[in-house]
Amino acid sequence: MLDFLQQRGKRVLDIIGGLGRSAQLLLAALLGIGYVLKNFRLLIKQIYVTGVLSIAIISVSGLFIGMVLGLQGYSILVDFGAEEALGQMVALTLLRELSPVVAALLFAGRAGSALTAEIGLMKATEQLASMEMIGVDPVKRVIAPRLYAGIISLPLLCVIFSVIGVWGGMLVGVEWLGVFDGSYWGNMQASVNFTHDVLNGVIKSIAFAIVVTWIAVFQGYDLVPTSEGISRATTKTVVYGSLAVLGLDFVLTALMFGDF
Amino acid sequence: MMTTRWIEISVGAFVVAAGLAFLVLALKVSGLDYNSDDKSTYTVYAHFNNVGGLKPRAKVTMAGVTIGRVASIEIDSEWYDAKVTLKIDNSMADKLSEDTSAMILTSGLLGENYIGLIVGAEEDMIADGGEIKDTQPALVLEDLIGKFLSSMGKE
Repeated sequence: MLDFLQQRGKRVLDIIGGLGRSAQLLLAALLGIGYVLKNFRLLIKQIYVTGVLSIAIISVSGLFIGMVLGLQGYSILVDFGAEEALGQMVALTLLRELSPVVAALLFAGRAGSALTAEIGLMKATEQLASMEMIGVDPVKRVIAPRLYAGIISLPLLCVIFSVIGVWGGMLVGVEWLGVFDGSYWGNMQASVNFTHDVLNGVIKSIAFAIVVTWIAVFQGYDLVPTSEGISRATTKTVVYGSLAVLGLDFVLTALMFGDF
Repeated sequence: MMTTRWIEISVGAFVVAAGLAFLVLALKVSGLDYNSDDKSTYTVYAHFNNVGGLKPRAKVTMAGVTIGRVASIEIDSEWYDAKVTLKIDNSMADKLSEDTSAMILTSGLLGENYIGLIVGAEEDMIADGGEIKDTQPALVLEDLIGKFLSSMGKE
């Protein structure tokens, strides 16, 4: 009985300790911005790895999600004779919810897991320790550029996702199902508000970017340096990242769009 | 192995593509209309007995053309009616006569409420911060049904 309680207590303390270490890492990496700006090449390289290499998956999923929205929206709206509101539906769904969330989920799977595995392997092969030996702070050199690259890349990917999704919705709605294209764009422009919808969506994706990249770099930096540890940390990055995005999305939506 | 130069070029292209996408969202999708709180609007107030389902950011139209937005709706504790603040596009400045009337309309059968303005014949114009005095409240369906039932009862 006492053993059991002891184990529970240790587990709780472990979790709280992990939170503390992750907060420390986030703060230290964010404070490393001076180093990142001085070594801009590092940042560019990481934006290439996390952002540019994710464009393909983001564009393809954006296109298909937009097309599905167009198809589903049309089949529902046509019953009410309101298929002219298709553009409004597609654009608002994408801007407010789908593109920040889906882009963040894909980002966690595509770029987050890669970050964790890369940093984890660096730790397992003691590259991080040797950096410290020669007087280079691995948090500034390795973690900070990756964190900032993630925070910069995801909002950009999210915006691209929205535009391609809206275009995909138009492809299905206007070109294929024959919604009048003037009303597709007109209703969209009449109902989408720049600050309320577009900017809030971007703010959402910045928040998701911080959380997902934070989880990814922390899981990589804090893992048990064995091959099993790396695989577990990579899984944790995707699972925790996705859950955090979905949970945070509800909170942010309630804050941004909850005032009826 | 990718050269550094290629990486730089592709990152630059990525940033430019995202910038263009943002521009498309701003201009094509949201149409950056009157509700972005810039200085190109002026304020007019209107009191309504009942605003029905009118919401902030609903459009203000004249002859079916959107000329502004509802900025806020609050209760007037002096008269116990609704005080609606309208932001009208500056192109309509000094073009609304004193006896302009405001109605709360519904777009379609199930659509959202908006405000329709009908210009009057007076020479004097409403200034910034002025008030539209001639207003018609929203049609509340329950009231209509109630009137219909009571007129049925009389026959």
